[in-house]
Amino acid sequence: MYKKRSFWFTISLLVLFFLFIHYAQTNFDAYIVRIMNVAAIYVILGVSLNLINGFTGQFSLGHAGFMAIGAYTSALLYMTPELKAMNFFIKPLIWPLNQIQIPFFPALLIGGLLAACAGFLVGAPCMRVKGDYLAIVTYGFSEIIRVLFNNLQSITNGPLGLKGLPTYTNLWWSWGWAVFTIFFIKRLIDSSYGRALKAIRDNEEAAEAMGVNLFRHKTLAFVVGAFFAGIAGGLLGSLVMTIDPNAFNIMLTFQIVLIVLLGGLGSITGTVISGVLIAFLMEWLRIVETPMKIFGITIPGISGMRMLIFSIILMIAVLFFRHGILGDREFSWEGVLSIFKKGHSKEGE
Amino acid sequence: MSWTLFLQHLANGVALGFVFGLVAIGYTLVYGVVKLVNFAHGDIFMMACFFVYYGIALFSFPWWLSFLCAIFLTALLGISIEKVAYKPLRDAPRISSLCSAIGMSFLLENFATVVFGGRQKPFYQPQILNKTLNIGGVRIQLVTIVTIVVSIAVLLFLNYLVYKTKMGLAMRALSHDFDTARLMGINVDKTITFTFAIGSSLAAISAIFWALRYPQIWPFMGVFPGWRAFTAAIIGGVGSIKGAMTGGFLIGMISIMLVAFLPDLAGYRDAFIFIVLVFVLLFKPTGLFGEA
Repeated sequence: MYKKRSFWFTISLLVLFFLFIHYAQTNFDAYIVRIMNVAAIYVILGVSLNLINGFTGQFSLGHAGFMAIGAYTSALLYMTPELKAMNFFIKPLIWPLNQIQIPFFPALLIGGLLAACAGFLVGAPCMRVKGDYLAIVTYGFSEIIRVLFNNLQSITNGPLGLKGLPTYTNLWWSWGWAVFTIFFIKRLIDSSYGRALKAIRDNEEAAEAMGVNLFRHKTLAFVVGAFFAGIAGGLLGSLVMTIDPNAFNIMLTFQIVLIVLLGGLGSITGTVISGVLIAFLMEWLRIVETPMKIFGITIPGISGMRMLIFSIILMIAVLFFRHGILGDREFSWEGVLSIFKKGHSKEGE
Repeated sequence: MSWTLFLQHLANGVALGFVFGLVAIGYTLVYGVVKLVNFAHGDIFMMACFFVYYGIALFSFPWWLSFLCAIFLTALLGISIEKVAYKPLRDAPRISSLCSAIGMSFLLENFATVVFGGRQKPFYQPQILNKTLNIGGVRIQLVTIVTIVVSIAVLLFLNYLVYKTKMGLAMRALSHDFDTARLMGINVDKTITFTFAIGSSLAAISAIFWALRYPQIWPFMGVFPGWRAFTAAIIGGVGSIKGAMTGGFLIGMISIMLVAFLPDLAGYRDAFIFIVLVFVLLFKPTGLFGEA
């Protein structure tokens, strides 16, 4: 009975949420809509990285690489041939990429799938390489991607990047994918796969002794995480309308790591909250970079101040709030209801 | 390619190898003692260059004094980073201190951007080091020779420090077994502080040689030498000084020789370095010399 009730609560919350999205898309200021889009992309990235880092305990620094693959693949598929010809003026784009154009959705999917293949390639050696070494291998991978994309002029346009991409990303696309990511990863975590992943995180040897197939589960986490990172990359490319290889550097990965950390390693709810929070915070912090007048004294805007404050927040979070906003707790309807029914909190279990 | 040109590249490769090797030893020492990948090491490297820059620009120190002050200040910086960012997390899970290190690296880069400005600044080059020597047709800059000589001296000193002194014994004991070492009466905090001081001054020395070779400094200049040195440390096997030096040489040689012999592939240099890394790790998961 409680399960059924939770299900209907979730459905009605989703309906309300999408009504809000519909309202926001038509009525909100374009600037706010843009931040909301970024927030959704952060949520997708954070939740997918949390699957690898938080639930499986494999410290990965490769997310920017997966994003780059998704962003480039989908962009090269959904751009019109004329637009491509305009972009590739130094070296022409190779055939058949210069001829084809497909709709946004399949382009995104193919981008995600290619990123997932890359996720398999990165995840596969993790059987032999562990811990800090894995972090450097995954970082190395994303660096290889960046270097390749900088040099494969006839496919990626090299350091010039792609400009003037059509803006398909709107709140429906971004939040639709965000909700799907949350749903998919939540289902994965609650399944027997998820329990195996957590077992690997807590004690790899014990998990293996209990019959968990380490290779299959670790690569699964990488493949799923990479898939959603690729989708997020595609959405981001179409949102900011320009992509170049150097945008997908280690800084971007660090930002996503920060989202996961602030939210709590191993908490989807926490990641969603911190993803939205950071998207808005980063915009709000732009104030410190513009000149201000306080009590008649003009304080000049200092460029770079925004990132400095951001990194100070990161350090405070790491040092003093070691478990992030929610630790590894999750949102549940029983938890919410128990606030209203004092003293009967354990009833639903 | 002529024989003299090859020797010229070889000298450059060796010098660069020493530079990477010294940074890699900084990673290795810290990893060996506290089992922490100090992601901020590349940014400590960057800060050293700015200390030199401001020593000359603000206080108009002579260049050698500025270099010495920078090495000292960098050691202090390394110690304070350990006190602020790593010490509180010593008993926390590994992932916390890893994230703290990433955060520290982020913080130093952004701090430098705000305080020193994001634009590139010229690094002071003493006239005397810029001379080009001609040894039997091989043209080598004096700075290359100085890099090699000073690095060898530093390595000999380091060898003495780690294997002949009490402090070195304490460091080796900590890297072997942290808890037992503590029980045996080793002052853990003091040893760790010392390790960070040594690692950071090595970073400062190599940063100065790096900046003499590529005389442009900016807040993100530490990222690539830092990561390459880290890769060197991993290829050699983190925790092993010999390994760090070998890895540094390998990467220095790849960097110079790839550009010299296969200029078409020069753009792929970093990819090539990481492919070497992945291959080494696939066959020897703890690096060439293992975790000592």
